[in-house]
Amino acid sequence: MASVPDSDFAFHEKRRDTDHESFLAHRRFRWLKLATALCVAAVASYFLVDVEPRHNGGSWYGYTLGTIGLGLIVWLSLLGIRKRRISEGRWSLKAWTSAHVYLGLALVVIGTLHTGFQLGWNVHTLAWALMLLVIVSGLYGIVVYATLPSALSDNSREMTRREMVEAVEAIDRQVEKAAQPLGREQADLVIAALDEDIFHAGVLARLSGRHTYCRTTRALENLAHGVRDEATDKVRSLLGRRKAQLDQIRRHMKIRARLEVWLYIHVPATIALLAALTAHVVSVFYYW
Amino acid sequence: MPDRYRVAIVGSGPAGLSAAARAAELGMSHVLIEKTDHLSDTIFKYQKGKHVMATPSNLVLRSDLDFDAGKREAILDTWDRQVEERQVNVKLDAEVVEITGETGAFEIKTKKGETIEAEAVVLAIGTQGNPNLLRIPGADLPHIQYQLDDPGEYFDEHITVIGSGDAGIENALGLAADPAQRNTVSILNRRAEFARAKEANVKLLEEAEADGRISVRRETNPAEVRPGELVLDTRDGQETIRCDRIIARTGSQPPRAFVEAIGIGFTSEDRAAFPQLSPSFETTKNGIHVIGALAGYPLIKHCMNQGYDVIEFLNGNTGLKPADEPILAEKFAALPGNRSVDEWLDTFRSNVVILQELSPLQMRELMLDSEVAYYDTGEVIFVRNDPGSSMFAIAEGSVAVEVDSEDPSITVPIEQGSIFGEVGLISGRRRGSTIRTAQPTVVMELSRTAALKLVATTPSANRAVNRITIERQLLQMFGSGLAKEDVAELVEAAETLEVRAGEKVIEEGAEDKDVYVIQRGSMIVEKDIGGHPVFLSYVPAGSYVGEMAVVDGSPRSATVRAAIKSEVVRFPGEAFNRLLTRNPRLFERVREDMASRRDINRFIEGQKHSFGGAVDMYSATAQFLIDNGIGEATDVLLIDETLCVGCDNCEKACADSHDGLSRLDREAGRTYAHLHVPTSCRHCEHPHCMADCPPNAIKRGPDGEVFIDETCIGCGNCQRNCPYDVIRMDPKPPKKPSLLSWLLFGRGPGPGEASYEWRKEHGDQDAAKVAIKCDMCAGIEGGPACVRACPTGAAIRVAPEKFLTYTKLTENGS
Ligand SMILES: Cc1cc2nc3c(=O)[nH]c(=O)nc-3n(C[C@H](O)[C@H](O)[C@H](O)COP(=O)(O)OP(=O)(O)OC[C@H]3O[C@@H](n4cnc5c(N)ncnc54)[C@H](O)[C@@H]3O)c2cc1C
Ligand code: HEM
Ligand code: SF4
Ligand code: SF4
Ligand code: SF4
Repeated sequence: MASVPDSDFAFHEKRRDTDHESFLAHRRFRWLKLATALCVAAVASYFLVDVEPRHNGGSWYGYTLGTIGLGLIVWLSLLGIRKRRISEGRWSLKAWTSAHVYLGLALVVIGTLHTGFQLGWNVHTLAWALMLLVIVSGLYGIVVYATLPSALSDNSREMTRREMVEAVEAIDRQVEKAAQPLGREQADLVIAALDEDIFHAGVLARLSGRHTYCRTTRALENLAHGVRDEATDKVRSLLGRRKAQLDQIRRHMKIRARLEVWLYIHVPATIALLAALTAHVVSVFYYW
Repeated sequence: MPDRYRVAIVGSGPAGLSAAARAAELGMSHVLIEKTDHLSDTIFKYQKGKHVMATPSNLVLRSDLDFDAGKREAILDTWDRQVEERQVNVKLDAEVVEITGETGAFEIKTKKGETIEAEAVVLAIGTQGNPNLLRIPGADLPHIQYQLDDPGEYFDEHITVIGSGDAGIENALGLAADPAQRNTVSILNRRAEFARAKEANVKLLEEAEADGRISVRRETNPAEVRPGELVLDTRDGQETIRCDRIIARTGSQPPRAFVEAIGIGFTSEDRAAFPQLSPSFETTKNGIHVIGALAGYPLIKHCMNQGYDVIEFLNGNTGLKPADEPILAEKFAALPGNRSVDEWLDTFRSNVVILQELSPLQMRELMLDSEVAYYDTGEVIFVRNDPGSSMFAIAEGSVAVEVDSEDPSITVPIEQGSIFGEVGLISGRRRGSTIRTAQPTVVMELSRTAALKLVATTPSANRAVNRITIERQLLQMFGSGLAKEDVAELVEAAETLEVRAGEKVIEEGAEDKDVYVIQRGSMIVEKDIGGHPVFLSYVPAGSYVGEMAVVDGSPRSATVRAAIKSEVVRFPGEAFNRLLTRNPRLFERVREDMASRRDINRFIEGQKHSFGGAVDMYSATAQFLIDNGIGEATDVLLIDETLCVGCDNCEKACADSHDGLSRLDREAGRTYAHLHVPTSCRHCEHPHCMADCPPNAIKRGPDGEVFIDETCIGCGNCQRNCPYDVIRMDPKPPKKPSLLSWLLFGRGPGPGEASYEWRKEHGDQDAAKVAIKCDMCAGIEGGPACVRACPTGAAIRVAPEKFLTYTKLTENGS
């Protein structure tokens, strides 16, 4: 007997026709609204609840905020796992990121109120400062996520990274042939340019996109001053194309570096934060 | 050597070999005639080291030769050895060019002028055909070849490739790949563009040209071949180049003309048709039999079984049951009544109208690709909006169609012998209504491939399906309240037309009054505003266009042209008008449809003045999407590049949820206005990839996904046939260490697709390459992993009719 197919058209349509909304606007800013409500509630209760002698982390009110804050931080850290564990289920990383961003920002309010503005040179304040560092780096993150992708797209002009590199290699083969008739000194410059590892660049060069010691540029400048014959002209025009191709790759690397650099603060600081928090919690209970 | 053999077997592929081995075993006088200087040329030409598969696994092998899955070399060696041991009489280097005579006395002529006599002939020449030969002076010189087995084998030569298709380009690239071979490679193209080749190949060729590795000569024809030289006809006159070797890849001639010249009839004019055969593989020319791929059975096991069977039949063993008998018996076991396989085959063939012209052999083959089922009264066979492209035929009983989604009590009967589900088959769209049995019913479900083959090769089935389709589509489109009789006049006057991509069906301003129903493909509606065409809407298969002019008598208000190659049915306007006058309710509905279309048009025209830029952008974006195959897609991955941060998490997620290989290439593909169509499956309505798959391993699943199942034999046909280059051939990679052990101890390659080196080092060296592609994450709860794993919302999957709308597109365009 053939089984009767159960159809759920609406479900399949939903499964497929994903709503086209950025992570910031996800579900009409659901998480922004929630986070705002959380902050408003925290601030209002801060002024309504009377703690003697003054607000601090050790009161029942402080513990409540502290627990919420700790829970949030642990959950926020789990994004690193969620992103890489592609399990089944109706979750979306976009929803997670959206909640991550807004609830993470809400931590500024919750964490700070939790301290009762009692800051000093101790492990507790270290935890708070690390939290702020993570949040500030995260803020930079959403700024670049919101502004840089179109530049990345414009720059690539439908070329993949691999195609860009292959284009350089293709030009190099032509340069090599064309450089045969050149004089010794010029040929050396050209060869030096070809030998340069295009991916070898310092952090600053990557982030700024300025490659001051680019050998292709130097070879080009040198050729511009020397003799002008057919062979040098050919090499110069080829090197010009090589330079343009390198520029595209470098712009790509620059944008990608800017899109990623903050994670090198965000993630290690998260780990440090988790360590500091452990110390903070342990010491609080130890001295209780 | 006898004067006249009992049987001559032409072609030494698996089919011919197996036949010859059987004849040798029975001591029947025989000769196996082969064109090339080795056995089994098709398999001989597989890539070196190819893993050959032995599918279908449930079919037993019945042959005197051994065959099991394994490397090409091992299989060919076994056959060579066994042919020798069994003293098969083989004649190599003998291409048969003509067969004359009658049964009992055939004369078989070879190209070298020999004549071989035989009482019976078995044709097992496969479907590869003969390459088109050069027809210029000097074409018989020895340095011309029509195939290139190993491009690495030539050094220091001036080689010219003739032909601008994929085969030619791939050969030229191969010959020029290694500069150490120092070959000077040229490729000739008759035209200025490489229109027949895949974009990726053309791009590689253009790169090679820019590097100076290959000289590409456009608008150039070969004029004369001389030893060491080739004379060319170019646009600027004749030119002579040095040339040590010519590789001509100008396509091949299918063997049909040769077969027909022998006097063998085919089932229809269609290109996909096969010779008409009796249950013992005899053709319409008595005494000549056809087996193997030429008979329509493209798997090696089938071929070998048929080789055995045909000789048994010739030897008078009429009681022999085909080797697939147990498979059919298992299929029919679920049906009531304890009837035998032959009885059931007969019941289906005589009861179902579209099957009546089939030969018993064709019936068997069709049944192998189909399912049968028995339903009690009142059971549901499928539900409205289910995806599904199979077609059903009622062998016994009858069903009721719930035509009204609101009210299931309104039904239309379909009687015994008729078919249903054909709309999904033809248009590739979802089921239009729910079908319930009206009494105990036996149905046959023909897979899409089987049904298409039936329609293409059996003219009567084609006519019947077409007529029923048109009738049902009309009834479905215009909703309830209409009966068959109402649309009879329209069905009678209907005319089916093929439309090329881009061709206009309706032209703005014209005075004609016909109505068109889009049967397959899709259309776009455009209006000329201020001198250039503005995209108004996208019309999928199953809709009608052109009714406005009929209803209000005005000239055409917009142009309708095909987005992709389509099929439309034309109905005369007057007949349509009469239908409307007779049915006021229908008239009302059509008026409503029209009003909403008019509103959209008016809206866009209004926008044009205030936001001209947005409307232009909208048209351009729509055209871009259509150019990239969205017009034939059912579900496609798009990436909004204003949001994509390039993290490639989509690719990683795809790999991690699918055996460790990504089925999408995010970076590759075209982009327009920050909307990127990555290289990933479009789940085409009529998938090109399905066309030529020997084991029929490509199917459409319950969610509408096009997927490849485990019977894939790795032949690579689908990869070549997919115009969007989304299928890759790879062995299944080894399992990776878990995410946790990577996170904590850095074990394994981490999330996403492991590098080729890692897979090679840790993987099974003998794993077979198979075709892999996106399966839309069918069966994975939560749906497409690529979309779920995108942190920014850049990756979205869309259905074209949902996306090609004004609001969605301007949302993107601006
Ligand atoms: C790349 C590729 C991979 C494949 N992989 C598999 C697989 O893994 N498993 C599987 O089951 N199937 C596979 N197939 C399908 C299978 O190879 C063919 O369907 C099968 O070989 C057909 O067998 P045949 O005997 O009918 O014809 P063929 O094998 O095509 O043999 C025909 C023979 O006839 C000869 N011939 C042709 N014309 C003449 C003439 N006029 N005179 C004399 N001789 C002539 C030819 O030279 C050839 O040797 C694959 C196909 C391809 C293209
Ligand atoms: C204390 C608070 C926070 C913690 C502990 C935290 C932790 C993390 C971690 C562990 C990741 C995963 C990084 C990776 O594996 O690639 C991450 C990613 C991210 N965080 Fe935070 N974060 C915090 C606050 C914030 C805030 C306030 C913002 C924004 C304003 C933010 C924005 C992001 C973004 C945009 C990502 C990247 C998502 C992606 O590309 O997958 N985070 N965060
Ligand atoms: S997952 Fe999303 S953001 Fe990342 S590369 Fe893919 S589309 Fe772009
Ligand atoms: S593999 Fe290619 S042809 Fe097949 S459905 Fe996907 S896009 Fe279409
Ligand atoms: S839908 Fe699934 S299989 Fe298809 S590309 Fe996305 S993740 Fe891969």
